[in-house]
Amino acid sequence: MIELKGLNKSFGDHHVLKDISAQFHKGQVNIIIGQSGSGKTVLTKCMVGLHDVDSGTIEYDGVDFASMSFKEKKSIRKDIGMLFQGGALFDSMTVEGNIMFPLSMFTDQTLAERRARSQFCLDRVNLPNAAKLLPSELSGGMKKRVAIARAIATNPKYLFCDEPNSGLDPKTGLVIDQLIKEITEEYQITTIVITHDMNSVIEIGENIQFIYEGEKWWEGSKEEILRTENKEVVDFVYASKFMKRVRADLAK
Amino acid sequence: MERMRIVRRLFMDCKGNVRTNIELQLEFSAIGRIPKFSRNYMGIIHHIGRYVLWISKVFKRPEKWRIYRQRIFEEVQNLGYASLGLVAIVSGFMGAVLTIQLAYNIDSPLIPLYTVGLGVRDSLILEFSPTIISIILAGKVGSSIAGEIGTMRVTDQIDALDIMGVNSTNYLVGPKMIAAIICNPFIVIISMILGLVGGYAAGILTGEVSGNTFIFGIQYWFQPFYITYALIKTVIFAIIITTVPAYFGYHTSGGALEVGKASTISVVYSIVIILTFNLILTQMLLQ
Repeated sequence: MIELKGLNKSFGDHHVLKDISAQFHKGQVNIIIGQSGSGKTVLTKCMVGLHDVDSGTIEYDGVDFASMSFKEKKSIRKDIGMLFQGGALFDSMTVEGNIMFPLSMFTDQTLAERRARSQFCLDRVNLPNAAKLLPSELSGGMKKRVAIARAIATNPKYLFCDEPNSGLDPKTGLVIDQLIKEITEEYQITTIVITHDMNSVIEIGENIQFIYEGEKWWEGSKEEILRTENKEVVDFVYASKFMKRVRADLAK
Repeated sequence: MERMRIVRRLFMDCKGNVRTNIELQLEFSAIGRIPKFSRNYMGIIHHIGRYVLWISKVFKRPEKWRIYRQRIFEEVQNLGYASLGLVAIVSGFMGAVLTIQLAYNIDSPLIPLYTVGLGVRDSLILEFSPTIISIILAGKVGSSIAGEIGTMRVTDQIDALDIMGVNSTNYLVGPKMIAAIICNPFIVIISMILGLVGGYAAGILTGEVSGNTFIFGIQYWFQPFYITYALIKTVIFAIIITTVPAYFGYHTSGGALEVGKASTISVVYSIVIILTFNLILTQMLLQ
């Protein structure tokens, strides 16, 4: 479980995160939603240690990550997998090289063991024949799946996904969402997904946190978010005509 | 007319909309009272400070020596071996032109013709091979390093390394710097040899200097310390060629446009820094 307590982060005079406290549960897909510029990405970057926080704690299973030194943070970072918006695959390496990279860096496995693990992860994301391809030869959906394979290669306890289905067609987006959910349940990972996509929220969201102007505004389940009367959440969730129609149907 | 243009630029934004008083007040309060030259110096000091803090991470212990060694070999191939063709062409022509120019300028019968070989040798060893070749490498290798690391930055690949717990500065920049420190002295020695070969060939082909006279000239009053001096400069330049573009690439933000800008500015800064250090090292070592 990851727990945030009173998290604050400013850039100069701009107070981006304001006293955020939240819990992200193990074995669940925890979703952070909010408008562009609301502070979701900064929050995630603080949680993975790319930004230092001004005050507050970030506890990974009871261990405060925010107050750790760079060296100490490494022990937690080895348990973190991250799926970036664009995949962030290393261009100079093959798919297999990308997946084996964290294993080469942080384990003493032999080449054969690393290859076997890489193939296992590729099979898991339904790309059994992609090992020798370069990232430039992959489609957007394939890149995301390889990035998931790389993220799970070291058996992480925590998985962060930044807009996992942005730039994908709805069908491929659904495949990625399902994959994230399956992996979360299968390996009992604490998964945090940052998204704008309400389809993802409805499809896989279990614990939803709504961030508004740097504050944690609302928290609940996917059933609750559809029925909430909170104005800011309603404005966000029911922004499109389609969702407005859904709301009208729900009201009936 | 010019004054009108300046006033329009000051009070209108790029779309031609008049800027509000608040916008102007903010801009003036932020930068208007600081003279332009002070702002430029502050920018340079900011870069120097950030560079020093950043470069210290390169000297941290790598996560895995095996991978680090492998990366050094890859960079020797990318930065060293891949530059040999260009260096060979430039050096050969440089030596040839130097020979012809020196021979052309020596028209006094009191100056022996072997001074052409001597002049070409000393010019190549002291200045042309270490400095000019380093400047050429700053253009070729520097833009490639800034482009590569800048692209990795804007596509989150560096963040991915950091999140994994890899020291990204050490992993990306360290092997490049070591590879350049290993390769560049060899490249410069090859450049010196090819420059002399080019000069020899030009002397014979143009009939300005005979082969024996040229060879006597390049052997005459040889100072071995000149080679040491050239190699010391080369090693310092190798560090500049790799770390300055890497610094600009690493701190890029935005997209393709910013990566291109970082690449250009890194080459400009590298060349200026090389020339500055050339002056300092020459004064220190040849005094």
